Amino acid sequence: MNALTKHMHPGWLIIAPLLALVTLLYLGPILNILWLSVTDPEPGLGNYAKLGESDALLRIVWTTVRICIITTLFSVTLGYSIAYAMVHCHQRQKSYMLTLLLVSFWISILVRTFSWLMLLGRKGLVNVTLEDIGLIAEPIAFMRNELGVLIGMIHYMIPYAVLPLLVSMQSLDTRVMDASRNLGASGSQTFWRIYLPLTTPGLVASTLLVFILSLGFYVTPAVLGGGKVLMVAEYISVQLLVTLKWGTAAMLAALMLFGVLAMLWVMSRFMKLSTVFGGAAR
Amino acid sequence: MKSGLFTHFNRVGAWILLLFLVTPALIAIPVSLTPKRFLSMPKGELSLRHFEKLFTSEEWISSFFQSGVIAISTSLLATFLGTLCAIGLWRVSSKYSELVRAFLLMPLIIPQIISAMAFYRLWIPLGLLDSYAGLILAHTILAAPMVLITVSASLATFDPKLEQASKNLGASNWTTMHRVILPSIKPGVFAGALFAFILSWDEIVVTLFISKYSVYTLPRRMWNGIRENTDPTVAAAAVVLIAITLIAFVVSAILSRRSEKRAAS
Repeated sequence: MNALTKHMHPGWLIIAPLLALVTLLYLGPILNILWLSVTDPEPGLGNYAKLGESDALLRIVWTTVRICIITTLFSVTLGYSIAYAMVHCHQRQKSYMLTLLLVSFWISILVRTFSWLMLLGRKGLVNVTLEDIGLIAEPIAFMRNELGVLIGMIHYMIPYAVLPLLVSMQSLDTRVMDASRNLGASGSQTFWRIYLPLTTPGLVASTLLVFILSLGFYVTPAVLGGGKVLMVAEYISVQLLVTLKWGTAAMLAALMLFGVLAMLWVMSRFMKLSTVFGGAAR
Repeated sequence: MKSGLFTHFNRVGAWILLLFLVTPALIAIPVSLTPKRFLSMPKGELSLRHFEKLFTSEEWISSFFQSGVIAISTSLLATFLGTLCAIGLWRVSSKYSELVRAFLLMPLIIPQIISAMAFYRLWIPLGLLDSYAGLILAHTILAAPMVLITVSASLATFDPKLEQASKNLGASNWTTMHRVILPSIKPGVFAGALFAFILSWDEIVVTLFISKYSVYTLPRRMWNGIRENTDPTVAAAAVVLIAITLIAFVVSAILSRRSEKRAAS
C-alpha cells in the first residue's frame, strides 16, 4: 500500500504498451484531423461555413441523418420484439434464438451485402419471384435508392439493437409485473406502464448504439446506394482518395466524432458502457 | 407469458425476423453453383467451376494467404497487449484506470471511417501504407479493445484472494501471473483472440484506405468483386466465408460453454 501512495501502481507498467500504442497511433492522428478541419486549406472556420453555403454538402448530411433515424427506429422496434420474445420463452427455444442472432452477427458484412445485391437487383431473386407469381409486372427498384440502403442497414443493425435490450430485460425483477397484474392492471397496461418504462435504459442504449454505428456506416450504403444515395462516410472517402481534399472531409469527421462522443456520454448515464460493448462483442 | 395472445404473436414475429436475419446470406450458395460465367441463379444444372477457380486462382489464394497472415498476427499481438492491459487495469482498479479503460475502448465505437482517416493520415508519413506492418498495426488497435472486454469479463469472476495466496506462498509476480492468473482467465483470452482474428479477417473500411497493390486482403478482393458485380467467383468466396464463420462460431460456443462450466464449478 505504501508503494501505491508513494509511486504509481505497478499495474500501470503492463497497461502502458497498449495505452502508448493507442495514444500515439490512434489518438494522435485523430487530433490531427480535428486540427486539419480548422486549418486546411486555410486557418479559420471556412470548412464549417461550407455547411451553410453548399447545398450539396447539406444534402449529404441531411440524407445521412435521415437514413440513420429511420434505420434506428426500425432496428430498435424490431429488436425490442425479438428481445421480448427471447426473454419470455423457454430456455431451449431461447438458446436457439440466441444462436440465430449470433450467427447473423458473425456473418461477414461483405457476404451480407453481396447477398442483398443478388436478392434486390432488377433481375434479383425477389423481383424474379414476384414477377413469376404475377404480383408485379415491372421489377421494383430496390437498389440504387434509399430503400435498398435502408433494407441493408436495418438488416445489419437489428442484432446490435437486440443485445443491450436483452441485457436490460433480463435484469428486470419479474415480481414487479406480477404485482401489477395482481393489483388489477391488464396485460397491455402492465406492458405500457410498467414493463416499457423499466426497460428505458436498454432502449436508450440500443437506440444510441445503432444510431452511432449507422452514422459512420460505409459498406452497405456504398454498394446498395449505388452512387445514388451519398452518405457522409462515402463522401469522406471520395474526398480523401479521389479529390484529395482533407479540409472538408476533416470537418465532416469532426462533426461525426463530436456527435458520437456526445451520444456516448448520454448513453453512459443510462447504462454501463462496458455492458453494451460486452454484449456487442459476443 | 402474461398477456398470452400478444406474447404468442410476438414470438412468431420474432422467429420470422430471426430467420430474416440469417437466410439472405444463404443465397450465395446457389449463385456460387451456377454453371454460367456471370452472376446468376442456376437453372437445373449445377457446377463447381467457380470453386475450382477460387482455389486455383493465384489472386484469390494470395488474398486468402495475406488475410490469414494479417489476421493471425493481429490476433496474437492484440491478445498479448489486450490481456496484459486488462490484467493491469484490474490490478490498479482506480478512478484513473476506469478512465483509461473507457479511452482504450474508443476504437471499437468511433466510426470506422474516422479510424480509417486517422490511420491513412499517419501511415503516409510513416511509410506504412500498403504494407503488412501497417495493416497489422491498424487492425491491432481496432481489435485490442475486444480482447480487453473478454479478458476483463473473465477477471471479474476471478477471486483476487487466489493472487494474494500465491504471493503469500512466496511466488514471484511473474509466477503468479503465469501459473495462477492466466490459467483462470484462459477462456476470456481465447475468446478475445478469436474475436480479434475475425475482426481483422473481415475488416474492409480501414483496409480500403491503407492498402493498395502489394497487400490485397480477402475482404478487399471481395469488395472489388462486389463492385464489379459480374464474376461468380465472389459467390464461391462468400460461401467459403460463411463456412469459416460457422466453424468459428462453433469453436466460440464450445469455449464459452467451457467457461460457464468453470464459473459454475
